[in-house]
Amino acid sequence: MPIDWFPLWLSLRVAVVSTAVALAFGLWLAYILANREFRFKEVVDGLVTLPLVLPPTVLGYYLLVLIGRASPLGKVWETIFGSPLVFTWKAAVVAALLHSLPLLVKSARAAFESVDRSYERAARTLGASEWRLFWRVTLPLAHRSIFAAAALAFAQSLGDFGVTLMVAGNIPGRTQTVALAIYDAVEAGNGAVARTFVLVISIVTLLILTLANRLNPR
Amino acid sequence: MLQSRLRKTFPQRPDSAGFSLDLEFEATAGVTVLFGPSGSGKTLVLDAIAGFTRPDEGRILLDDDLLFDGAAGVHLPPQARNCGYVFQNYALFPHMTLRQNLMFAAERRPRLERHRRVNEMLETFRLAEAAGRRPHEVSGGQRQRCSIARALIVAPKLLLLDEPTQGLDAPLKDEFYDVLRQVRADFKTPVLLITHDLDECFELGEEMLILSGGKIVQSGPPRKILDQPANIEVARLMGAFNLIPCEIRALDPGRNTSKVQVGEFELDGPYFPGRFKGDRVTLCVRPESLVVSTRLGRPGPNQIPAELKRAVEKAQWVRLEFEGGIVADMGRAEFERQRDNKDWFIEFPPSMLRVL
Repeated sequence: MPIDWFPLWLSLRVAVVSTAVALAFGLWLAYILANREFRFKEVVDGLVTLPLVLPPTVLGYYLLVLIGRASPLGKVWETIFGSPLVFTWKAAVVAALLHSLPLLVKSARAAFESVDRSYERAARTLGASEWRLFWRVTLPLAHRSIFAAAALAFAQSLGDFGVTLMVAGNIPGRTQTVALAIYDAVEAGNGAVARTFVLVISIVTLLILTLANRLNPR
Repeated sequence: MLQSRLRKTFPQRPDSAGFSLDLEFEATAGVTVLFGPSGSGKTLVLDAIAGFTRPDEGRILLDDDLLFDGAAGVHLPPQARNCGYVFQNYALFPHMTLRQNLMFAAERRPRLERHRRVNEMLETFRLAEAAGRRPHEVSGGQRQRCSIARALIVAPKLLLLDEPTQGLDAPLKDEFYDVLRQVRADFKTPVLLITHDLDECFELGEEMLILSGGKIVQSGPPRKILDQPANIEVARLMGAFNLIPCEIRALDPGRNTSKVQVGEFELDGPYFPGRFKGDRVTLCVRPESLVVSTRLGRPGPNQIPAELKRAVEKAQWVRLEFEGGIVADMGRAEFERQRDNKDWFIEFPPSMLRVL
């Protein structure tokens, strides 16, 4: 029986998009956390980290409440895009984000904080705006750690099972990611498919982790 | 010209002793040195002027620009202050070449002028050859010159230097002094420099502010402070280690003389204005002002016999520590000739004596 590779491509697509979103939003948040002093700063940090420790079902439930068809966010989405967000591959991206974002924010905050303050101070006395300072000084100095963090976030996004199942469902050919496909294959006694996917996903993840390790400054 | 009045208090906490900065000073063209022991608040002053820390109250005025005013709520960001800052570690961006470091600083200038200006600076500071290399690939002297060039390229109204020679070896220090003298001549930018190296104050400083515990304890030209320290603390900071309790026995303003009683000996000194006969004061003499000689016969005028406790060898001279805590410096060659000597005469040249 020929293997349907759709789940693998879907998983990769979900991981790429979620890592990109996590980078865009996570870097900004991490920079704020690393550089600004404000009340509830550690609460914000805690909220971002929470998904790493909560059970997937709890997260899935929260997400359903937050972006389900009956929720305000879900309704806004539906009016703008004409179709619901839940039970599409985009919902799988949101599910994957819950894993990639905390990792990224945590590592990027540490990376930003480890940049010697005097570089940023020097840039400021030279008249550099905060924006230019970020792009030209802080980010380049922290880029290795951040790439490493992004690679880890990507690997994490590849493997989500529980949250994806709850908010994106397990629709073959539409929202069935690799992790779900493996589960189905095992349930159906389809050992060959399960073995292939397990092997491929293990190799891909191992490659990414090796890359992350090489990027991380010692 | 920089005029600043600063006040900032750090409350006492279980993990820190608390600190309060409270001072007022002016710095005009030339080099003003902030001198004081570690923890006296020197860096805090620089940070407040550069805009990294916000004082509790006060006012900082640079030429006609108000940088900070506590009462009016003015607190310009560092970007708007026009102060060049040379950091202790130079803070050259490690991911950029020296040229790119200068370009980064020049970016607010028009495009054409930018390149000309950067090339000019590379020439002036003898960096043209190393321009394409990154900070970790060039020598310490080049790094130092580059950080000064980078700070000056924005044409600041004030140049702040935070212990620029900390941890440098002697040749590099001398090189730095030359560069700064050149800066003083070519750029006319007032310089505020932090150091706790006394030699540096004399090499560079036209004016000197002595900080201790967050306050200015004395200010003026280095020579003048050396000659007349305001109190015992300043005397110690300025390297006058002979602080001997004594009593004034006679004062003669007409002949500019006095007599002071030190232990069982009476010494001649200059007239001490504002002091009275019978005052118990501290006699202050610098180690290099004392003249020591082999004890032969009876003590001459202003000589005190003393027993040598210890001789500490320095590069150029030997520091002799005598009984009673008197310290005197002697040339190495002179000491070699008399090193087995145990008993000495210490001569106190009258014009060198100060009382506090």
